[in-house]
Amino acid sequence: MGEYILAFFMFRYLRLTLRDTEILSKWDKLLQAGMITSAVLLGVEIIFDSVSQYTTWFSYLLLGYIAYLIYWKAEFSQRKSVFVAVLPFVIVSFLTKITSLTSTEFYQSWEDVYDVAGVFSVIWMIVMLVITNKQNKALAREREKTLQEEKQNKIISQMKADLEVQVVQRTAELTKQKEELQQTLDELKNAQKQLIHSEKMASLGELTAGIAHEIQNPLNFVNNFSEVNKELLEELQEAQTNGDLEAVGDITRDIIENEDKIMHHGKRAEAIVKSMLQHSRTSTGKKEPTDINTLADEYLRLAYHGFRAKDKSFNAIFKTDLAEGLPKISVVAQDIGRVLLNLINNAFQAVKEVEKPEVVVSTRHSAEGIEVSVKDNGPGIPQDIKEKIFQPFFTTKATGKGTGLGLSLSYDIITKGHSGQIAVESKPGEGATFTIKLPKT
Amino acid sequence: MKILVVDDERDIKLLFQQRFRKEIKNGEMDFVFAFSGEEALEFLDQLVHEAVLILSDINMPGMSGLQLLERIKTNYLEPPPVVMMITAYGDAENYAAAQRLGADDFLTKPVDFKALKEKLKTLT
Repeated sequence: MGEYILAFFMFRYLRLTLRDTEILSKWDKLLQAGMITSAVLLGVEIIFDSVSQYTTWFSYLLLGYIAYLIYWKAEFSQRKSVFVAVLPFVIVSFLTKITSLTSTEFYQSWEDVYDVAGVFSVIWMIVMLVITNKQNKALAREREKTLQEEKQNKIISQMKADLEVQVVQRTAELTKQKEELQQTLDELKNAQKQLIHSEKMASLGELTAGIAHEIQNPLNFVNNFSEVNKELLEELQEAQTNGDLEAVGDITRDIIENEDKIMHHGKRAEAIVKSMLQHSRTSTGKKEPTDINTLADEYLRLAYHGFRAKDKSFNAIFKTDLAEGLPKISVVAQDIGRVLLNLINNAFQAVKEVEKPEVVVSTRHSAEGIEVSVKDNGPGIPQDIKEKIFQPFFTTKATGKGTGLGLSLSYDIITKGHSGQIAVESKPGEGATFTIKLPKT
Repeated sequence: MKILVVDDERDIKLLFQQRFRKEIKNGEMDFVFAFSGEEALEFLDQLVHEAVLILSDINMPGMSGLQLLERIKTNYLEPPPVVMMITAYGDAENYAAAQRLGADDFLTKPVDFKALKEKLKTLT
């Protein structure tokens, strides 16, 4: 009887283990048939008690079949532990059955042992089933955990994949942005270059009239002294013919003197043209020994006449206070010229409305180097403007009148280009003084 | 008659001396030179009651030629000096200002010395 119950539950157990899996369909009918067979045979045994000694053998076939399934079919191989639990019971039951049939005497004399073995096999079965059940539960938990982990891993890998896609997208976006920024930067650099150039050209434009005037004066001298010399040479010829040696000497001396003046003014005009050309050309950036006094004087005159050309009524005292014996220092003359021009132009601009306008350019020689200052007696610079005065694009002029780059370029030229310093000193109502300090080396 | 030439270019002195060397030698003309408006006024203070012809540049640092002209015309009335203005900027504005302030003549640089010589000869 117990054998059928066992067979029934074993079939049921195997069927349950396959529940919710795809392989169930393949085995379902067979296992169901096993259950039904076990139940039917159990019923037959209960009803017809006398046939049990024959029908019991079927139960061993059923159990044997279960053993076959468990040991030879991969689908059930994990259920070995359960079978290990029931195996002693099956063996004991089988041996009891056989010996009770074949040798009744032996059976009867050993009946107690059989009974004990039967009890132990049942105990074994129960204990093993409990353990197996526990193990299975633990396994199930483990599996659950593994499943959970796999799920987690799947989610993580999905996230990772998503993240990678995002990273690729972001990288692409950033690269695009970077390229756009680079392009903007290039455009800005170009614009800056153009601005610097137009700033220079604007200051050159301001200068043009002044330059014309400055060139006109020496040219007039050249022409006039040349004409005079021609006359003198004619007189010289005459004196020679007359043999008037004294007159020859006088006239020759005059000619030489005039010739000196012609050369002097010719050079003066040349220097002006040169500085104008230098100013309009892009800086070569080459430092050469330069006489700062000459530079200061030249640009002061240019700036003054430039101003006069624009505003005929403008009149200012402009003075130079140049230190004697100033050593030549290595600078980019064109750049320093721009700075001086800018400072002097600003100074003239500042004194426009002043009663007795005065602009003084002075040079000083110190142990560290050369100092050039441009002083005006204009209205001075308020503190809040003074702070911003060297910033690019800062201008107090009306829109379109100033680029706002003059002083910021000057600042760059002096500090970055020449390792010097530029500073402004001013009190409202007392004018302003810009001072440049240039190191000797 | 003294001719006072006012110009901030110092070589103007030598030029005039050369250009008018014959006249100077003959004693026909007597030139004095001032290199700024202020200096010219000092000269005029020393030359009181002398007949003076003034040739002045307009564009000079400090006191401009026009300012000098104004001062001369308002302060030095006896005998009234003849004032000729010279400028490199031969523009209408300066011309009008010079006229208004009582300039007797207006010359443009570069100076035509032959014409100037004629003018001076008729005036002196």
